Amino acid sequence: MTLEKIGAVMVVGGGITGMQAALDAANTGYYVYLVERSPSIGGLMAQLDKTFPTNDCAM
Amino acid sequence: MDKCIACGACTAKCPKKVVNEFDGRLSKRKAVYVDYAQAVPLKYAIDDSQCFFLTKGKCKKCETVCPTGAINYDDTAQDLSINVGAVIFSSGCKPYDPSTHDVYGYNSSKNIVTSLEFERILSSSGPFGGHLVRPSDNKEPKKIAWLQCVGSRDVHIGAKGYCSSVCCTYAVKEAMLAKEHAKNGLDAAVFYMDIRTHGKEFEQYYNRAKDEFGVRFVKSKITNIVPTEDGNQLLRYIDESGNLAEEEFDIVVLSVGLEVGQSAIKLADKLGTKLDKYNFVSTSSFSPVSTTKPGVYTCGAIEAPKDIPSSVIEASASAGSAGSALSESRWTLTKTKETPSELDIRGERPRIGVFICCCGTNIAGVVDVPGVVEYVKDLPYVTFSDQGLFSCSQDALNNLAATIEKQKLNRVVVAACTPKTHEPLFQETLGTTGLNKYVFEMVNIRNQCSWVHKDNHELATEKAKDLVRMAVEKVALMGPLKEVELEINQTALVIGGGIAGLQSAKTLSEQGYHAHIIEREERLGGKGLSIHETWMGENVAENVDQLITAVENDDNIEVHKASEIKHVDGFVGNFTTTIQSSDATVDIEHGVTIIASGANELKPDQYLYSEDDRVMTGLELDRKIITGDASIEDTQTVVFIQCVGSRIPERPYCSKVCCTHSIKNALTLKKGKPDMEIYILYRDMRTYGLREDLYREAREKGIKFLRYNFTKGIEVDYDGDDLQVDFTDTVMRRKMSIRPDMLVLATAIIPPQKNPLAQMYKVTLNNDGFFMEAHAKLRPVDCSTDGVFLCGLSHGPKPIDESVSQAIAAATRAVTLLARKTISISGTVAEVNPKDCSECGGCVSICPYSAPSLIEESARFFPGRAQINPALCKGCGLCVASCRSGAIRLHGFDNDQILSQIAAISE
Repeated sequence: MTLEKIGAVMVVGGGITGMQAALDAANTGYYVYLVERSPSIGGLMAQLDKTFPTNDCAM
Repeated sequence: MDKCIACGACTAKCPKKVVNEFDGRLSKRKAVYVDYAQAVPLKYAIDDSQCFFLTKGKCKKCETVCPTGAINYDDTAQDLSINVGAVIFSSGCKPYDPSTHDVYGYNSSKNIVTSLEFERILSSSGPFGGHLVRPSDNKEPKKIAWLQCVGSRDVHIGAKGYCSSVCCTYAVKEAMLAKEHAKNGLDAAVFYMDIRTHGKEFEQYYNRAKDEFGVRFVKSKITNIVPTEDGNQLLRYIDESGNLAEEEFDIVVLSVGLEVGQSAIKLADKLGTKLDKYNFVSTSSFSPVSTTKPGVYTCGAIEAPKDIPSSVIEASASAGSAGSALSESRWTLTKTKETPSELDIRGERPRIGVFICCCGTNIAGVVDVPGVVEYVKDLPYVTFSDQGLFSCSQDALNNLAATIEKQKLNRVVVAACTPKTHEPLFQETLGTTGLNKYVFEMVNIRNQCSWVHKDNHELATEKAKDLVRMAVEKVALMGPLKEVELEINQTALVIGGGIAGLQSAKTLSEQGYHAHIIEREERLGGKGLSIHETWMGENVAENVDQLITAVENDDNIEVHKASEIKHVDGFVGNFTTTIQSSDATVDIEHGVTIIASGANELKPDQYLYSEDDRVMTGLELDRKIITGDASIEDTQTVVFIQCVGSRIPERPYCSKVCCTHSIKNALTLKKGKPDMEIYILYRDMRTYGLREDLYREAREKGIKFLRYNFTKGIEVDYDGDDLQVDFTDTVMRRKMSIRPDMLVLATAIIPPQKNPLAQMYKVTLNNDGFFMEAHAKLRPVDCSTDGVFLCGLSHGPKPIDESVSQAIAAATRAVTLLARKTISISGTVAEVNPKDCSECGGCVSICPYSAPSLIEESARFFPGRAQINPALCKGCGLCVASCRSGAIRLHGFDNDQILSQIAAISE
């Protein structure tokens, strides 16, 4: 028996990692469900002021 | 939720104040709230555990003030069933909570903060508006201390045995930023065990903090902190030579580590993935994003503590691994946006619509937005003008589209924030109405008006009017531009047949694409062939062999051994690479390029290396271990010297893998011969992340770690026939000698001295000679040249698991291009009018993207004149400015358009 694979991916967690995974999965041809517990995506990185080693704004 | 326009009226009225987790303990928020101004989606939420109505049944104040009726108290959690082909587990980590086992007095002093709270103190959207102050009394601090390894590298109760990987570099960053913030000088000191700045270009960053910013780094062990009467903290510690010392600070920052939260542990249980003893998701070096459960992939800090670039690399890798598993169902469930056919606006009188954004209070708090709207109405060709609270919100965009249709607008100006992030959004909206996306101008009245002139509202408003007027004048002269669509060749070229190259070719094949591997040597495997075991203990040779077999038996992959790249032509989607082997020259056409060309182990010219065969590099020891060399059995004393050729002025970077590699080999030797005496001479032990367990195990097994004084150096000489290693120990502060019968040099990973690939594919190298990524954080495998991707050692020193992740990630990023099949080239490109060209070649030499070229002399039309390949042009305008004959125009920035703006501003 062969089962047809479902062309959708669920990404659990909407921090920087989850967002990048969701974008790449969508851009390679899969429907994405991005699931995040808090009211907005962004995760820990959104709380940072700047990022090393370039001192770019984390936003 | 759809009704919420994020006006903030609900929050203003809400009577319930709660601690704002977003700012740590430092501020309060309301029970109805949004995390931060740029939150996505920008919709207010009700905290059901705090809301008066939801907990006590009384209040409903937010409902009465909401202008759109968006408040819905019944909108509670629902169970949904969703069918998917794969799951990516990316729930991340949380900062270690120092309040549960409070050893430093965090709970009792406001001036002891976590590093995340300190980020919020530094942030301009944080609790103190970006002013660096002491939380207890808002005084500017004079001295701040950072305490490293809080909750990390500690096996005591409540703490974690692993290294959290990121805290050293973020403490370096916070100390530097704090020094920049403090107007009246600040003393910043970092108290540490080992400084672990092992990431790409992190060591140079650390050096800058020490040498340019004057941040003090104190190797120490903190004993306790005593609060003083004036709100300071007295820090007591044992310094490196074992003496007790103390020093007072205004603020103490706890550099807290990362840990897996309880909810993630429960989630892992539901997903059925195995966790390790620290509750990180278990993976292996050769499948670094696959969990123990088929179909469930992982990435980021839930897999092990890691920084942003590594997390982003794994994110792409996990999407790619999921994609490999589902490739037959690609594009079966995705939806495509339908765009109407383009309206023909030629010959129409301009009808300009101007939309001014308030950005909440971000713009409207400074600029008189209604005043600008009124002013605009009298400008030529302006048919319509209006303001919006957030012009980028979904309802505002719908409104924009409806207005364009209703008012029959054929030109649009939006005055809001930066076009860098928001222009595509508005242009897409134009597209949905049938307008060409280039009959659009965006004005940045946030950065250029309300931000820089926040203290002068009148000036900011006048400037906003000027900028909008310029845009109106320009847009009136704008016409539709064409975006050329090019087909993307569906083949990939992978340069390098080491672990990274093999893995990326394998991933491409799994996704259904054809790949070529170019390998200079006679055999595949690269450096992987010389390594004994990974840090997790997997046999490298076996895994590399499997990878080679898989690649060589794959019909989708063509391997070209003993071949070198001679010439490269073309651009994203249409490269032609000429390769040469001993017997043939072949042209390969390909749409994308993955560079996995590797790096080498430094062969040093010091410490008697190559003069005495008892002295060897780390990989040479691996070779002896792999072959079971008899000399190991006769060895009684071994010395490892760390940082040979790394972290020195002429090669400032850290080679990342050598600390773990030496420990791994030391443990292997010790296992074979438990009475062997092993010494590791180091500067900072950088067994980051879960590798810290190996370091602990090595110390428990009696391997001796001695920190040598780097400035005084190490000498290796003969004493009779014996090798003698002399160095100054930093703890004892005196000279020591060891006579080993094996000396292992942990030498640097070095890039090739000359790298013709950089020139051929127009990719930049960093100061150390490694390939540079497009963005250190967010595009860690892309190159600034479109269609070229990076992985493995050619991008920077890294262990096997990280090379494999990056290889899968590079292939995945390549597939994001290949899967689209076509690529549209921006309409904002330069074009030559060959009739006016004087054949000077100025444009050819000035263009950083090699877009202009001279037409062949044998051509029928305009031989010798310049032409510009739109696929390579980035629209920078350098050629236009440099053309002495005025033969080049940049579409969207024509002379009349720019002159009209200048005329508008000089009125």
